[in-house]
Amino acid sequence: MPDALPILEIAGLSKTYKTRAGEIPALSNASLTIDKGEFVCLIGASGCGKSTLLRLIGGFETPTAGGVKMWDALVTGPGPDRGIVFQDYALFPWLTVRGNIAFGPKARGLSRKEVRAASDRFIEMVGLARFADAYPHQLSGGMRQRVAIARVLANDTQVILMDEPFGALDAMTRERLQEDLLELWQRTQLTVIFVTHAIEEAILLADRVVVMTPAPGRIQSDNHVALARPRDVASPEFNSVRRELSRLLVSHTTKPLTAARPLLRALP
Amino acid sequence: MSREDDPSRPTAALLSALGRSTWPLVVPIAGLLLWWLGTKDKPASLVPPPVEVGRALWDLAAGGLYDDAFSATLPTHLVASVSRVYGGFLLAALIGVPLGLMIGRIAVVRSMFEPSLQILRPVPVTAWLPLAMILFGIGPRSAFFLVFLGAFYPVLVNTIFGVRSVDPRLFEAASMLGATSSAIFPKVVLPAALPSIFTGLRLGLGFAWVVIVVGEMTGVQTGLGAIIMEARQLSRTEIVIAGMVVIGIAGFISDQFV
Repeated sequence: MPDALPILEIAGLSKTYKTRAGEIPALSNASLTIDKGEFVCLIGASGCGKSTLLRLIGGFETPTAGGVKMWDALVTGPGPDRGIVFQDYALFPWLTVRGNIAFGPKARGLSRKEVRAASDRFIEMVGLARFADAYPHQLSGGMRQRVAIARVLANDTQVILMDEPFGALDAMTRERLQEDLLELWQRTQLTVIFVTHAIEEAILLADRVVVMTPAPGRIQSDNHVALARPRDVASPEFNSVRRELSRLLVSHTTKPLTAARPLLRALP
Repeated sequence: MSREDDPSRPTAALLSALGRSTWPLVVPIAGLLLWWLGTKDKPASLVPPPVEVGRALWDLAAGGLYDDAFSATLPTHLVASVSRVYGGFLLAALIGVPLGLMIGRIAVVRSMFEPSLQILRPVPVTAWLPLAMILFGIGPRSAFFLVFLGAFYPVLVNTIFGVRSVDPRLFEAASMLGATSSAIFPKVVLPAALPSIFTGLRLGLGFAWVVIVVGEMTGVQTGLGAIIMEARQLSRTEIVIAGMVVIGIAGFISDQFV
């Protein structure tokens, strides 16, 4: 039962894009409270506004209405306290693995020794010590994503925003990275907001699954996943949660969940 | 048998190196052969045979064969042309790169300059010749200006392209990692655009060599383009071709440096 200040407070958030074709309501009236250390997944089909919500939290877009508060202070732009990991990695191609990870610490003005210590620590943490001097084009997709994660961690980030980070990877690499991410999360106790369209991934990783639906993009329901960790993808409990979430994703209604679903409990 | 013990490996390596250096020679040798056959036993041919061009080249460089106004003058002309090529190129780079960076990065500067630059671009350097001579007079300054014009556009266009084609995600990544907006330019834009800028510089230097002949039609006394034009007027075609050969080799060598 959280009595401390939530790390993220999202209230009445809306984003409408004005294009020549008219106005596009990408996100409509989203409200969410997230506590420190939670692993929250945003799932939904294309056009449901999950990436828009993530980008608003990250400060890359300004809302049309409402706002995002981190530790009770309004978010006005991007910053190292909310690191983002993109699906297409966005690594700096002219820098090595070490250079990419050191970018943040250097930009913040740390001393050479501190920068070196930080980059060493996080290269080690994501298991890339042997590739510290390699360039992104020499790495596989999974390795690049590890660099992207380390790059964000090296900045004393408090919230990691992940925008379908494993979408471009093959199934085996994805599984490996999911395991590593969970281990990292449990070790660092960071807050993670993870966008995906894969139900299974969301159930495997998250404490909370926020289901979003399109037209206009909005939050349909906010659900706590009451499965014990480590989670078994093949277990009947996992599958019943998956079935329920599938139903929610296509329901496009705002009917509250019934009480007869102990494993997927609706949050007030 | 291990790779080190295998006695046929050094031979194989030698043969492959020989092969690599032989292929590039095939086309020039074939060309020379055709040229020689085409001018053999044709004393009235307008195209001089390769032997004569070879002699003219020798005389240009070292003298001693003909003792005319061209003998042993190659070093002077080479130095003159090289200094104009590099001078014009450096000026084009010094103006083109910063201007390209600004046009690429700042929308207002782009709207101010780009339409005018696009209109001027198709105008060939040759067409600038009369205006250059009026503005800068007869002599080396006009030549310099024309070489500058030739090198300017490739440098500018490639720099602009380099800046504009930076992946926008990289800007987001940089600001998310804590880079201030003033740091974005040196830390992201510049390194990302560098490969295109270098392409522009190489192309610009190449163009500088191409236009040196036109540039030196402005009444200069020294320079490879100048002697080509003078030789043309005297119908000394073998010197024209010799001059072309020197420009080709000099341009090739200078490209290796960039």
